[in-house]
Amino acid sequence: MDTKKLKITVSPHVFSAIDTKYMMKGVIKALLPAVAASLYFFRLQAAGIILASVAGTVCTELVLQLARKKQVRIGDYSAVVSGLLLAMVLPPSLPLWMCFLGGVVAIGLSKDIFGGLGSNIFNPALLARAFLMAAFPVALTTWVNPRGVDAVTTATPLALSKFEHIITSYPALFFGRVGGSLGETSALALLVGLAYLLYKKIIEYRIPVAFIGTVAIFAGVMKLLDPAGAAPPLFHVLAGGLLLGAIFMATDPVTSPVTKKGRWIFGIGCGLIAMIIRVWGGLPEGVMYSILLMNAVTPLINRVTRSKRFGEKNVK
Amino acid sequence: MSILTFLGGIHPEYQKDRSISEPLREPGFPESAVIPLSQHIGAPNEAIVKKGDIVEEGEVIGRSESFISSPVHSSIAGTVLDIKKTFHPSLGPAEAVFIQRDKTKEKKKYKVQDVDNFTSKELIEKIREAGIVGMGGAAFPTHVKLNIPENKSVEILIINGAECEPYLICDHSIMHRKTKEILQGIEIAIKILSPENVYIAIEDNKKAAVFAFKKAIKNAPYGLISKTKVVLMETKYPQGGEKQLIKAITGEEVPPGGLPLDIGFLVHNVGTIYAMYEAIYFNKPLTERIITISGDCLHRPGNYMVRVGTTLREIIDQYGIELYKKPGKIIFGGPMMGIAQPGTEAPVLKNTSGILFLSEESARVFKEEQCIRCAKCVDVCPVRLLPTEITKTVKKKYWDKAKELNISDCMECGSCSYVCPARIPLVQYIKEGKNGIAGK
Repeated sequence: MDTKKLKITVSPHVFSAIDTKYMMKGVIKALLPAVAASLYFFRLQAAGIILASVAGTVCTELVLQLARKKQVRIGDYSAVVSGLLLAMVLPPSLPLWMCFLGGVVAIGLSKDIFGGLGSNIFNPALLARAFLMAAFPVALTTWVNPRGVDAVTTATPLALSKFEHIITSYPALFFGRVGGSLGETSALALLVGLAYLLYKKIIEYRIPVAFIGTVAIFAGVMKLLDPAGAAPPLFHVLAGGLLLGAIFMATDPVTSPVTKKGRWIFGIGCGLIAMIIRVWGGLPEGVMYSILLMNAVTPLINRVTRSKRFGEKNVK
Repeated sequence: MSILTFLGGIHPEYQKDRSISEPLREPGFPESAVIPLSQHIGAPNEAIVKKGDIVEEGEVIGRSESFISSPVHSSIAGTVLDIKKTFHPSLGPAEAVFIQRDKTKEKKKYKVQDVDNFTSKELIEKIREAGIVGMGGAAFPTHVKLNIPENKSVEILIINGAECEPYLICDHSIMHRKTKEILQGIEIAIKILSPENVYIAIEDNKKAAVFAFKKAIKNAPYGLISKTKVVLMETKYPQGGEKQLIKAITGEEVPPGGLPLDIGFLVHNVGTIYAMYEAIYFNKPLTERIITISGDCLHRPGNYMVRVGTTLREIIDQYGIELYKKPGKIIFGGPMMGIAQPGTEAPVLKNTSGILFLSEESARVFKEEQCIRCAKCVDVCPVRLLPTEITKTVKKKYWDKAKELNISDCMECGSCSYVCPARIPLVQYIKEGKNGIAGK
C-alpha cells in the first residue's frame, strides 16, 4: 500500500461541519426576513442603504488588508455581516454617503484597528452607528413612514410613547408598519431569524433570553409602580431596537462573554442599561448604548465568571 | 429508564451502523507477530526470551519486577526472530519481540479452571500474570487498579460499556456476544472489591447490549450479581470518559489530578472485564482481542478477533481488507482520540480498539483561522475549561497563566477542536502547553 500520502496530525481527526464561514452565512440567512421586511416597507431607500453599508464595510476590509499586506479574508463574509447589520440599524432616509462612511468606520475604527476578525472589543455595526449618531444627529433621528408615498417624517413608537404617551398597536409593532430603522420595524421577521439562529446552533439562547427577559421584567415593575404612565412590558419588548439588538448584536460572539454565567450577566446588564435609558434617559432608545457598554466590560465578565474547577469540591 | 449524561460534549456522526450487524470475523493467526515489550502505563518490561528461542502461544516473553507493570505474552507459537526497536502505534520507536509463526502448531486450548477457592489476592495475582491492562484505551495495569490500598474502599464499581468514540463497536460486539461471561467477570471484580453498587453503563445507541445484560442479570444464578444494574447513558462524546461517566451516574466529580478511587469509585472497561473472566476461568493471558476495522474507505467494515502483535500490513494483506478509496489517514483507535499512523508498521496492542481507514474527504486537514471567540469550545468542554483562553496563553508561552487556567485538567478528548469553527487545533496547543510546562 502506498503510505506516502498519509496525513499525520494530532487528534481529533473529524470535525464539525460548522466553520466560521458557515456561521457568518447563517447570520446573513437569519437576517433575510428582516431584510425582506425592510425592502417591503422602505423599498428602494432600504436597498440603497443596504448596498451602501455593505459596500462600505467590504471595501474598507479589502483596502486595509491589501494595504497592510495581510491575507484578504473578505471571503469569510464577516464584513458582509457587519455591513448588513449596520444597514439594519440606520434610518431609511439617511443619505447613502453617510451609510458608506458608517461602513468605513465599522471596519476601520472598530474591527481592523484591533487586529481584525475576533479581536475587536466593540460590535462594529453599533460602534459605527454611535459614530454616525454623534456626527449627524439630525439625520440619524429622522424617520419616515413605512410604505409612505412621500417622505413624510414620523416618530418611532418609543418616541411616541416617551414624549406623547401614545402606545402603538401590537399588530403594527409585530408585523412592522411603524417608523424606525431598517431592521427594527417588524418583530415577526426578527423572531423568525432568532428561531433560525438557535436551530442552526449559530447563537446560544442565554443572551437574548436574559436581555429580553430583563427588559420585560423591568418594564413590568415600572408598570406596577405607575399603571397609568408606564408603557406595558410587551410594548417595551416589541418596540425599538430591542429584538434586533438582543438577537443579532448582543449575540455577536467576538464581543460577548465566553462563559455561560457571563452570558447571563451580559444579557441582564444590557437589559438594565437599555431600560434605564428608555425610562429615565434623554433618548427614547438605549439598546445601542447598552450593548456597547456591556461590550466594554466583557473582558472583565470573562475573568470573574470562570467556572469552578472540575472536581474542586471533592479536593480533600 | 432514565437516560444519564454529563454537561458539555459533542454529537459527532457515530458511523456505527455501517458495521454493527456484521458477524465477528476470526481470521486466525498472522504469519508473524511483532509484540512491543511495553504495552501498559508503568515500568517498562525486559525481554525474557532471546533471538532463536522457541516460544509457545501464551508464554511470557517480557516482564518487570515492578508492581506497576504488566507482562506481555507471545500471541503465537513460533521462533523469536529478533528483539529490536520497531514502530509502536502511540510511543514511536520501541523495543519489540519479532516472532515467526510455527505453522504446525494448532490454536492453544485453554481448560476450564475451578475458580471457587481463590482468595482475592490470588485473583489479583492471576490477573497480573495474564497481562491484563485497561483495554478501553489507557492500558493501565488492571491488577494495580484492583489492588485497593487499605485506607481506601470502592463503593461504586462502574463497568464502562459506553463506547462513545465514533466508528468503534468492539465493546458492543463483546457485550452482546459474551454477556454471561462478562457478568462472571464482574462477579470476580465484586469478589475482589466488594463494592456496594455495580453499574454497567451503556450508551442508548447500543440497545441490543442493554437488553442482553438486563435479561442475563435477571436469569443469573450468581448471588453477587444481584447488586448490578444496567444504566442507560445518552449517546454523546466523551460519555465513556471515566470522569464523565462517574459524573453522569452519581453526580460526583473526581478531584483534579486525582483518581476515581479517591472518592470511592472504580471504572473498568467491559473488554477488560471479559479478559479478566478468561484469565480466571481459563488461565488465558491477554493475547487476542476484538478490534473494529472501519472507515469510509472500506467495503466491509466490521469486528475482528485479532492476535496482539499483528501488524497493520499483515491485517491489510491477510484479512482481505478491500480499500475502494485511497485512505488519507489511517488511525489506531477512534477518530476523536486515536493516533494517525505514518505507515503500516505498527502492531495491534492490548489496548487497540480499532483501526480506521478514513478518506481524505472525511479526515480533512484544515488551515487554522482566527478565533472569533464564539466559545463553542467552552460550551463543549466536559471539564469546564476555557480552551480558547488556554490556547492563547500557550501561543505566547505564558506557562504560569496556562497553569492558572488548569491546563493539566485537560484529558485531550478533542471536543473543542471538533467544534471550533476557526479550525484551531486546540488539543494540539494544549499538548504543546503541557510539554512546555514540563520543560520538554
